[in-house]
Amino acid sequence: MRINPRFTNRFMEILLNTQAFFTVGILVIIVAIILVKGIGNINLEFIFSFPEDMGRHGGIYPTIIGTIMLAILSIIFATPLGVGTAIFLTEYTKESIFTKIIRFGVESLAGIPSILYGLFGFIFFVIKLKMGWSILSGVLTITIMILPTIIRTSEEAIKAVPKNVRFVSYSLGATKWETVTKVVLPSAAPGILTGIMLSVGRVVGETAAVIFTMGSSLRLPTSIMDSGRTMAVHFYILAREGISMEKAYATALILVLSILLINIIAYYIMSRVISKYS
Amino acid sequence: MTKDTSIKEQIVKTVLTIFALSSLLFLFLIFIFILIEGSPLFIKVGLKNIILGFKWAPTKGSFGIFPMIISSFLVTFGALVIGAPLGLSCAIYLSEYSGKRLKMILKPALELLAGIPSVVYGFLGVIYIVPIIRNYLGGSGFSLLSTSIVLGIMILPTIISISFDSLVSVPRSYREGSYAMGATKWQTIYKIVVPSARSGILASFILGMGRAIGETMAVIMIAGNALKIPMNITDPLRTLTGNIALELAYATGDHRLGLFSTGIVLLVIIMALNYMANFGIKRRS
Repeated sequence: MRINPRFTNRFMEILLNTQAFFTVGILVIIVAIILVKGIGNINLEFIFSFPEDMGRHGGIYPTIIGTIMLAILSIIFATPLGVGTAIFLTEYTKESIFTKIIRFGVESLAGIPSILYGLFGFIFFVIKLKMGWSILSGVLTITIMILPTIIRTSEEAIKAVPKNVRFVSYSLGATKWETVTKVVLPSAAPGILTGIMLSVGRVVGETAAVIFTMGSSLRLPTSIMDSGRTMAVHFYILAREGISMEKAYATALILVLSILLINIIAYYIMSRVISKYS
Repeated sequence: MTKDTSIKEQIVKTVLTIFALSSLLFLFLIFIFILIEGSPLFIKVGLKNIILGFKWAPTKGSFGIFPMIISSFLVTFGALVIGAPLGLSCAIYLSEYSGKRLKMILKPALELLAGIPSVVYGFLGVIYIVPIIRNYLGGSGFSLLSTSIVLGIMILPTIISISFDSLVSVPRSYREGSYAMGATKWQTIYKIVVPSARSGILASFILGMGRAIGETMAVIMIAGNALKIPMNITDPLRTLTGNIALELAYATGDHRLGLFSTGIVLLVIIMALNYMANFGIKRRS
């Protein structure tokens, strides 16, 4: 018997609708669970006090500081490198074998899973360069990990700046570098910022690459040679070692909220750029 | 142009070239250091005994990671079985059925959810999925099935976002041509839109696989980490990534080298997957 195509059409429409809402539903439920279970355990004291008894009691203050230090320092290292690479690829060369090789390198870096960054950072920075489990080892490892994201988004942002703007600048006698710094980069800045914010989001949620380079000391780090623990690592240890479910949910909530907030800012900046150019 | 500015331009260009080369340098360093640490064991113990060996007892001279290779592929395949149909349906719904306003809300919402850290997925898997599997299907609950479910959900945003982009980039005229021939909406999607977007959809699956096979912390939490090939979907397993992360903190000597050998195998698999994904994306454009 031939199935009526109209029936199939209707059937598939309903099936696809159901699947789509099921999928979105799962993801919404994940956030909802974290929110409901975590919110009761969060207060200012949790954020600003030190953990006691491995995190069973007290707050998560040192892990917040550790996370902020890691994120800010990685961005400070990765931004000039990444934006510089993007400027080089878009403004200073034509497409050639050389740029293809560099792009291949960037794409390959983007595909390497974080545990291999952890493995590399551990053997190279922690052991061979004798930096030990320290914020510095973590920062350098993470810098390499987020570099591809920053390069790609910066490249897209720079490419989106209209060609005419550059021609006007050249016609006024500006050099290439003057054109890049005074004309191209200011126009591309919001797009670049989006890439930076997305990278910060990734750093905040990262565990595998961080735990083997930065370690997991719960003390408040006072220098970049100290070991430290990020919120994500703290959450992992709380959950895996079953130290405290309440504290784990509370940490997860702060972690997820901060990442969502960072990503929302990133998308807000991006949507502003898109509406400006279209 | 004065001489001063041309010297300055030259310096700028040199510095930028060095910056651009840094990515290659980092890639090179990662490869070299993982290779230097991991390859001596391949020579000492033998490639075959590591890749095809069944026994992992690194303190007693056995470095077989065959069960882990199989396990890594099994969870990745499992994740794809769960994530690919759901993700593709969601992408088709978003690009073909949903209204503009719903699309404007759902697309960014899904991308935001991609930022939820993997440890959170792992944790929720332990709390909610493991007990369900344990109660209804038996075993400890830490299993191939629960790991596949968690990874399948985790790769949804990747699959949806990339499939959606490739579905949307199928020209409108293709759809109109199909409707003009009297095809229904589903026939158009099934026969015209999806085949036209297939290389992008394939790339989204491969990138999803890459994410699943590289995932570590969530997998450790939920896989049970047993050192054998799972014979059943309720059996526990240990992946390549899990093996590295579980033992790196305390391993010394040959044991540590064995973890780097595991890293080499993982690196080779990942590079092959990336190459395939890039090939798919390039063919589309």
